[in-house]
Amino acid sequence: MTRPTAFINARLVDPASGWDGPGALMVRDGRIAEVVRGGDLGALSADIEVVDARGAMLAPGLIDLKVRTGEPGAETKETLKSAGLAAAAGGVTSIVLQPDTNPVIDEASVVDFILRRTRDIELVHVYPAGAATKGAKGERMAEIGLMREAGCVFVTDADRPIVNSKVLQRVLAYAKSFDTLVAHRPADPWLSAGAAATAGELAGRLGLPSVPAIAEQIMLERDMALVELTGARFLVDQVTTAAALETLARAKAKGLPVTATTSINHLSFNEIDIGDYRTFLKFDPPVRDEDDRQAVIEALASGLIDIVVSAHCPAPAEDKRLPYDEAAPGAVGLETLLPALLAFHHDGRIPLIDLMRAVTVNPADLLGLAAGRLAKGAPADLVLCDLNAPILIDAAKLRSKSKNSPFDGRRLQGEVKMTLVDGRVVYRA
Amino acid sequence: MPPGLNEVLGRTFPFPRRHFLSVLDLNPVEVAGLLDLADGFVSLNRQTSKKLDLLKGRTLMNLFFENSTRTQSSFELAGKRLGADVVNMSPRSSSISKGETLIDTAVTLNAMQPDLLVVRHASSGAASLLSQKVTCSVINAGDGQHEHPTQALLDALSMRRAFGRIAGLKVAICGDVLHSRVARSNVGLLQMMGAQVRLVGPPTLIPTQADRWGVEIFHDMRKGIEGCDVVMMLRLQLERMDGVMAPSQREYFRFFGLDREKLAHAAPHVRVMHPGPMNRGVEIDSDVADDLSVSLIQDQVEMGVAARMAVLLVLAARLEND
Repeated sequence: MTRPTAFINARLVDPASGWDGPGALMVRDGRIAEVVRGGDLGALSADIEVVDARGAMLAPGLIDLKVRTGEPGAETKETLKSAGLAAAAGGVTSIVLQPDTNPVIDEASVVDFILRRTRDIELVHVYPAGAATKGAKGERMAEIGLMREAGCVFVTDADRPIVNSKVLQRVLAYAKSFDTLVAHRPADPWLSAGAAATAGELAGRLGLPSVPAIAEQIMLERDMALVELTGARFLVDQVTTAAALETLARAKAKGLPVTATTSINHLSFNEIDIGDYRTFLKFDPPVRDEDDRQAVIEALASGLIDIVVSAHCPAPAEDKRLPYDEAAPGAVGLETLLPALLAFHHDGRIPLIDLMRAVTVNPADLLGLAAGRLAKGAPADLVLCDLNAPILIDAAKLRSKSKNSPFDGRRLQGEVKMTLVDGRVVYRA
Repeated sequence: MPPGLNEVLGRTFPFPRRHFLSVLDLNPVEVAGLLDLADGFVSLNRQTSKKLDLLKGRTLMNLFFENSTRTQSSFELAGKRLGADVVNMSPRSSSISKGETLIDTAVTLNAMQPDLLVVRHASSGAASLLSQKVTCSVINAGDGQHEHPTQALLDALSMRRAFGRIAGLKVAICGDVLHSRVARSNVGLLQMMGAQVRLVGPPTLIPTQADRWGVEIFHDMRKGIEGCDVVMMLRLQLERMDGVMAPSQREYFRFFGLDREKLAHAAPHVRVMHPGPMNRGVEIDSDVADDLSVSLIQDQVEMGVAARMAVLLVLAARLEND
């Protein structure tokens, strides 16, 4: 058993309790044993390891609901271990895996495989999401109940929208009976077909096949109608446009059981960043214009968007160093999620505690996890971060096997000093 | 030495870039300089002995991932007339690029030490990507739906020779603007040189927010070409007309094909252009295309060789200075 650890002189940031202020915290037997807000722990016995935070932020470890690795099926891109190392270095202590691996996570045995693999790796918590339909093809329901029993936290067809409304209606109705969350990407498939960029002046000039931003709202409108019909718990997998935010706001105002994410990429970049066909800025959904980006930031600030994900999607250079329309979409993000998010704190745009809420207690509550909070008895999943330390993102030094980071060369503030999972130190700067 | 060569060579100027990728990299002085130089080559090309030795020892490589007989021949002739060795690579018919990425192909060819690499590729941005990986000069001969800068240059040359100027000309670019790299390069270059540009076509074939490019947009062809000095027709791929982008060929021709009746709305001295190859009876009536008092289409082909010679020459001169 590891020694008990005391964190002193910390800036505790705990969105669950609303506390952002000085304090101290004791970790014992993998759990948070004591939280002292605004004071200190008193006399500490000699067997306790003391970490002087020197004013750095001590917060719940981040929970990232949208992560891809290449395991199983494409281990050259990323393994569960390399993703775990990247997560630990980024202060992310829980990740939810997208099911579109090879084979697809669409039955209990694959869920079980992932869970056993990650137990052996002993880095961060890994929770598989199961496919909503067999092979994530959007045609026939997957074994939602059995996967749920095996340990998957929600079902989704990842970035593939379920086009057939009848199929989605059945998935929602069926998942509801198991109280299973369904995540779904809002994107009209016909408008999106073949698109590499968002329609607009820039895509037109660059001659890129494009999708109108409205494609997101069109699908979300249908999805919200089906949620209203079935009453199923629903996670909107990335809202990135102002138009879709209107739909989301209406659905929430009606009291529908809807939660929404956006990605750090869509908070941080707009279409201009594509510049001279920079494929590292090619995401799915594509980067939007600045008005949409501002609307998304505003929605995060207001709480309309509940959760921020890294949308971690490793793609090796050979999949990225291609002409823009041929290049693979996606970006790695586990290691850069926290510092990129902190940019909005440093800008004075969004209070720190609200930013952290979107990556800690909100995803934890959605999945019913005990983590995500600085509370006595909660798992000691923690991140210690020097908020003001300047860092330079160097993609070559990222721990992911793939280096496709859109933040390469960016100067950010916020250095992760230490990451703990169940009280174990999984990363130390 | 061919008569007039000295005078033409006096028009060369230091070109500040290694590659020729986009008209937006150019400035009006450079465009005018290239047009002057190209104009000189037009006269030289009309002489019996066309062969020069200005690029002697240089290797020009044509790398066409998309078939294009006319553009490839135009570059080939331009290179040969300047005395360069010309190699045509068509990746489709050779072992190059089977399972190889564009960059691998580029690196392979670069190892053969070409001086000038002319690239045509179906993806927007391909020429730019390739230029980042090679040590030679890259000339964009068409990248996807993005740009075809030498086409814009030869079009400008044709217009300048016909009207004596580009500034102030009213130019209507008509047809499938959405998929046209020719249109994008022409918009950029013509605006830079002071022409007024209009885009004419059905809404399905005009890019989103093209109105922000500083052009006027028309969906009615007669209004669109009204008073125009130049009507530039674009090629429309026939498979896009079967209910995809337009309901049918006959409907398209009725509303957007150029015939005598519609052309009568343009200025009396109007000239008609087309980058070729033409779909006669679909986007343009043969009666118009073949009327040499109106059509500049044959001129465009001739200007193409001269304009490309000018580009090759300024790029090669720069290589020497490296």
